[in-house]
Amino acid sequence: MTDIIKTGNIRAAKNKAFAWIVAILSFITIFPIVLIISKLIINGYKQINLAFFTQVGPDTMEAMTAVSGGHVIPGGILNGIAGTLLMVLLASVMAIPLGVIIGVYLYENTTKRYAAVVRDVSDVMQGVPSIVLGLISYLWVVKHVTHGYSALAGASALGIMMLPLIIRSTEETLKMIPVSIKEAGFALGVPYHKIILRVLIPTGFSGLSTGILLAISRVIGETAPLMLTALGSRMVNLNIEQPTSAVPLLIWEFYNDPNMVDLIWSSSLFLMGFVLTLNIISKRIAAKSKK
Amino acid sequence: MDKPIVDIKDPVLRIENLHVSYDGIKNSVTDVSASVKKHAITAIMGPSGCGKSTLLRAINRMHDLYPQIKTTGKIFLNGDDISSISNIVLRRKIGMVFQRPNPFPTMSIYDNVIAGYKLNGFSLKKHERDEIVEKSLTDVSLWNEVKDALNKKGTFLSGGQQQRLCIARALAFQPDVILLDEPTSALDPIATAKIEDLLLELKDKYSIVLVTHNMAQAARISNFSMFMYLGELVEYGRTKDMFTKPVDKRTEEYLTGKFG
Repeated sequence: MTDIIKTGNIRAAKNKAFAWIVAILSFITIFPIVLIISKLIINGYKQINLAFFTQVGPDTMEAMTAVSGGHVIPGGILNGIAGTLLMVLLASVMAIPLGVIIGVYLYENTTKRYAAVVRDVSDVMQGVPSIVLGLISYLWVVKHVTHGYSALAGASALGIMMLPLIIRSTEETLKMIPVSIKEAGFALGVPYHKIILRVLIPTGFSGLSTGILLAISRVIGETAPLMLTALGSRMVNLNIEQPTSAVPLLIWEFYNDPNMVDLIWSSSLFLMGFVLTLNIISKRIAAKSKK
Repeated sequence: MDKPIVDIKDPVLRIENLHVSYDGIKNSVTDVSASVKKHAITAIMGPSGCGKSTLLRAINRMHDLYPQIKTTGKIFLNGDDISSISNIVLRRKIGMVFQRPNPFPTMSIYDNVIAGYKLNGFSLKKHERDEIVEKSLTDVSLWNEVKDALNKKGTFLSGGQQQRLCIARALAFQPDVILLDEPTSALDPIATAKIEDLLLELKDKYSIVLVTHNMAQAARISNFSMFMYLGELVEYGRTKDMFTKPVDKRTEEYLTGKFG
């Protein structure tokens, strides 16, 4: 065998070994996720029925009777779903316009000192523990605006969490748009604000919406800040000045009640499914724009 | 010795003592004075970094976009100082085509052609818009190729078609001058030939300023040529004269391939 064929064979063997190692490592990475999802499905699917989406949570007695009789626990998590949607909507209304505007500002002013400070602050904000943001919202909104636990306070905490994610994703998205597109607009005499609104933002739309959806899916499972702000509620509440429930808060409440164990799994399954769906949608949007 | 720079009567553009600096220290365009003939193709040639694109972008005040760029000197469009004209009006009169085709990626072919009107908030009736789109696309001989696909995205076209779409977008305003910044450097030879033919047709109606680093292209289609070197306008004359008997030594060396 000549030397060149020998080295060729060794290289091919190395290639194969590496391909296997990569395959095994990636399997190890996804295996826990598969375990988690299958556990949620196995333990949670029984509770998923129409009532799960249309009724509020049962009281302890009802649940105890059902469990001891071997039945499905009556009631559902409508109060949590409604509260989560309400607060995420409010948080989005607060955070999306502001975040996009600040993101555009950072994109337009790469060198200004003030922009650098804003960029650093938003990076730091991403690392602030969510319960601290809950405390801040408690001090600002619960104590001084709504004078009591409220959906508004919960939404504020979530909104503050979303803000840095949206700011940075907006900036990064706009940076990826070629300067020539912007210049094409200028060469047609289009005013600055219109280039941003009518050219840059539509061009970066998929990136922006991906960033926004990821920010939403990031905050939708937050529990700690809501404990200090929204508190929870047994009723469906759509008044933003009143205490409100949320799916993660319900999971915590169910955990504290030994009769409600089954509902923990189904609520977690619901939450996980929701977040997963948002992630898949944002991936789809991103993939579609690349075509 | 006076520089070998041609004097043009009744020019569409007159540039006087133009200096452009990117950093406030070094000039990228140094003391350029020249006039551009109406209804002709004027080519600006020179090696990379000689300031030809910088000069071109001064003509429609593209440098306004970047506050760190300092421009001094005057440019007149049909006798009017361009610094006294608003950007919107100026850029209606001076269209620009870039090195790489850059149709707006979110817009259809139709919307790309009409983009200048739409984005500037001109309200046109549907038949007026249709007319402008058809005329502009016909002018760049793209109409027959895309008339059944006007609602498709501009980026759906081939590179050469996209570049012609960008020319149509610039023509939609019926400008006096069209500036082209190496419009064929990203295209294959066939698409390049089409654009060159197109420019030869368009010069009857428009005044064209073309930046190119392709000497053969300048020789093929331009009536007048500028040769720039290190920010300076070295020589400017009829293309035929410049290519056959260049006056400045540097022009001769460039044209004969000694550098560049």
